[in-house]
Amino acid sequence: MSAEPTVLEVDDLVVHYPIHRGIVGTVTRQPRRMVHAVEGVSLSLQGGEMLALVGESGCGKTTTAQAVLRLVDPVSGSIRFGGRDLVPLGSRELRPLRRRIQVVYQDPYESLDPRFRVRAVVEEPLLIHGLGGSKSERSAHVEEALRRVELSPPELYLDRFPHELSGGQRQRVAIAAALVLEPEVLVADEPVSMLDVSVRAGVLNVLDGLRRDGLAILMITHDLSTAARFAQRIAVMYLGRIVEEGPAAAVVRNPQHPYTKALLSVVPRRDPRDRHRPQILQGETPDAVAIPSGCRFHPRCPVAIDRCAVEDPSLAQPASAGDGHRAACLLLPAGR
Amino acid sequence: MTNVAPLIEAPAEVESSRRGFLFQTLRRRPAAVIGATILVLVGLTAVLAPWIAPYGLHTQVGRVFGHPSWRHPLGLDDGGIDMVTLLMWGVRVSLVVGFAATFVSMAIGGAIGVVAGYFGGVVDTILMRITDYFLVVPDVPLMIVVAAIWGPSLFHIIIVIGILLWTSTARVIRAQVKSVRERVYVKRARALGAGHTRIVLRHVLPQVAPLLIANTVLTIAVAIFDETALSFLGLGDPSTTSLGQVIEHAFERTAISSGAWWAIVPPGALVALIILACSLVGGSLEDALNPRLRVAHLSARTFRLRPLVGRGTDAL
Amino acid sequence: MSAPLLRVEDLHVWFDLAEGGELHAVQGVGLSLEPGERLGLVGESGCGKTTTALAIMGLLPPSASVSGRVLIDGTDILSGGEAAMRPHRWVDVAIVFQGAMNALNPVRTIGEQIVESLELHNRARGTAARSRTAELLEAVGIPAGRAARYPHELSGGMRQRAAIAMALSCDPRVLIADEPTTALDVMVQAQILELLDALCRDFGLALVLVTHDLPVVAQLCDRCAVMYAGEIVERGPLDLLYHSPGHPYSRMLFAASPDLAGLDEPVLSIPGAPPRLDRPIDGCPFRPRCDSAFAACVERPSLQEVAEDHAAACHLNDRVPA
Repeated sequence: MSAEPTVLEVDDLVVHYPIHRGIVGTVTRQPRRMVHAVEGVSLSLQGGEMLALVGESGCGKTTTAQAVLRLVDPVSGSIRFGGRDLVPLGSRELRPLRRRIQVVYQDPYESLDPRFRVRAVVEEPLLIHGLGGSKSERSAHVEEALRRVELSPPELYLDRFPHELSGGQRQRVAIAAALVLEPEVLVADEPVSMLDVSVRAGVLNVLDGLRRDGLAILMITHDLSTAARFAQRIAVMYLGRIVEEGPAAAVVRNPQHPYTKALLSVVPRRDPRDRHRPQILQGETPDAVAIPSGCRFHPRCPVAIDRCAVEDPSLAQPASAGDGHRAACLLLPAGR
Repeated sequence: MTNVAPLIEAPAEVESSRRGFLFQTLRRRPAAVIGATILVLVGLTAVLAPWIAPYGLHTQVGRVFGHPSWRHPLGLDDGGIDMVTLLMWGVRVSLVVGFAATFVSMAIGGAIGVVAGYFGGVVDTILMRITDYFLVVPDVPLMIVVAAIWGPSLFHIIIVIGILLWTSTARVIRAQVKSVRERVYVKRARALGAGHTRIVLRHVLPQVAPLLIANTVLTIAVAIFDETALSFLGLGDPSTTSLGQVIEHAFERTAISSGAWWAIVPPGALVALIILACSLVGGSLEDALNPRLRVAHLSARTFRLRPLVGRGTDAL
Repeated sequence: MSAPLLRVEDLHVWFDLAEGGELHAVQGVGLSLEPGERLGLVGESGCGKTTTALAIMGLLPPSASVSGRVLIDGTDILSGGEAAMRPHRWVDVAIVFQGAMNALNPVRTIGEQIVESLELHNRARGTAARSRTAELLEAVGIPAGRAARYPHELSGGMRQRAAIAMALSCDPRVLIADEPTTALDVMVQAQILELLDALCRDFGLALVLVTHDLPVVAQLCDRCAVMYAGEIVERGPLDLLYHSPGHPYSRMLFAASPDLAGLDEPVLSIPGAPPRLDRPIDGCPFRPRCDSAFAACVERPSLQEVAEDHAAACHLNDRVPA
């Protein structure tokens, strides 16, 4: 795997959203408050690799993805792709690069224009970028993309409207529409959470197959068991930071950070005999407007000590973890 | 992956929910059917007026304010001209003004609504403040002033009505565009690198088009009314015969004191009928389009019971 | 043997379709529930699990027609229609819906809404109702001081807790929870499941957990009924369902959920999609998607005992002598 080149490198990404103050707030000159959605996220993605960004809602995982797609403007940091930093680029310079980073959204019922037939949905990206040559060549590309997501024979699907397809089929169409541009990176934002359990695996296996063919996939998910099964690496996010990152199996079997441990403990096991008391964190993800001092996890952390309220830990490889496995916790004795 | 077998489960006969939308709306709502029928009849009359009008538009066929009779069911006007003929020609002009003015207002309102809703931010704020300004201006007095300054001509009337009626369209369209813009497939198109023109033309406009149509129908009614009002106030184009003009003429030439009700009531009733028809059709379309108006009403009725089927499935 | 707390017999539900015809959403479901028992009702979307829950509550819309029996303590409450249902609804059987936001009135505080529910059923009035409300909120883990909050001021998890408190206001014996955690984060989901678990343990509440999430049921419930195409295809204790499934659908549904304990096992999807319920089904409804279908499957199987307290509707079990 390490032989594969790094295709996407995000370094110290910061994204803030202003909170609307309203007329009263503006008039009374209240300080402009910010949602600290992403606060210094670094990650890298290699060809043929799936990186799962895991966390609760509001942890910044979707914002990170939006920043990678340059749909939001980062405050600072860099996103290196194709030998360039995407952050300072304007929309005109971004256009040719957008082709190479594609996205699949969570809700396949919403992400396809209801008035477009499958053919038009998959063909549109080619038209936007003026690619694909003549009409018949485009048609061949469209069919090829449908085959790659295992919607075959494509003739069965080309002239259907999204509402005539099942959720799993729609999501495959959405993936095909991303694939038709032959991207190097695919961002998959909760690609199966809206689908029925029985068809989720089908869509995930399609993504897995594409990854094996060399595609780099950044998957946003809240489901650790899916991440553990399909991703090569997992990055766990909490309040805008990555708190643990490493090879999927290592993160799941040998979690280091107390937050990862808690998240893993609440994943329900399918074997009824395998019941255990989950380690439930009380409260919900705190507000990204008022970030706690020190380690941002300390107010909910079951093992926090006084130091945690003061000192902000950074990602490092603990002694108890293997290579490439890093966690941000003051209580972990540092490794090499 | 074992999904080799074709996974089509949705049948081909599921009709496309969007196509035939207009037709379906009409079918399910009797009010819309009545309105549409009236509009079609009125429209046909207007188009065919030169051929089906029983007498000439400028031909005196009897005495001034002649009573209704078999030959002239609605009597004669102040010039001894057949009222039925006048109404046929009048409807023609009124509809032309109504449609043309509506077209102008739809173009302005649609464009402002789409631009404001799609781009949002400062653009939205500025355009909506302008809209608000037009919205609070009292329509009819302004029309009177402008028509008086520009002079009476059909073209001026169309423009005046057009530039005053677009506000509600702009607001409605803006709201709809704002919601469509947030749809994931629009975001997807943006992520793909599609330009604004493409997104607006391919994804946004088709989605708001039905609403624009419903609004158009409603605006036609207002435009026809405004034209009638302007004409009645003597600001219409004297060289044409619109329904408002017919009423105005009759009114000026002492139809009321002569007791010639047939010279005033039928054109007035016809205007009312057209407006009613437009409202019925436009209102039905709007109802059908706006899911918030379509919420099922609470009813005292509940589910029905059927006799036991008796396919023996035991409870566990 | 005394009558079970809740028993559903041969329940059918049809919906009139706007374009004519009808949809046979529930096709002969039978269930029974003892006090304090936790039953999972599992299936894909459109399998009829929510419709079954609504039918038990008598909450179906006018477009539905129903047949069958819903017995509480042995008395049929369905055949009497709305009038017979009303005294039982909320008092014997209460329900919590998926989106707590929709179940709560946005312009009234959660305290007011619980008080209203108490007064409506003549449980308590005035000060007594308010102190009972405080108790109920505490019981579901909401500090009583938050009674004056409006639903939008609460987080998703808190709203779901408030909805549970409201469902508990009349001390029901059965709580139906329809996808109670679907829209929530994993940690909040765990909190709500822990709460439901505690309520069953501490108050002897019987629970019907309607969900598509088999692992959640595996962790929380004692028994499980798996629904497919409007009927129950397998039911029994969860342990048996997982370790010796009597229906291929149950087995494949378990295999379709990735599990932290079996990371190397392949995760398989079930090909195809459920049949349409607006036309008659020939043979076993699962046959087109089943990996073990054989000749006998052209006949529709009925639910047969495969072991004590374990039944499945599959012809594969016919071949094994009982």
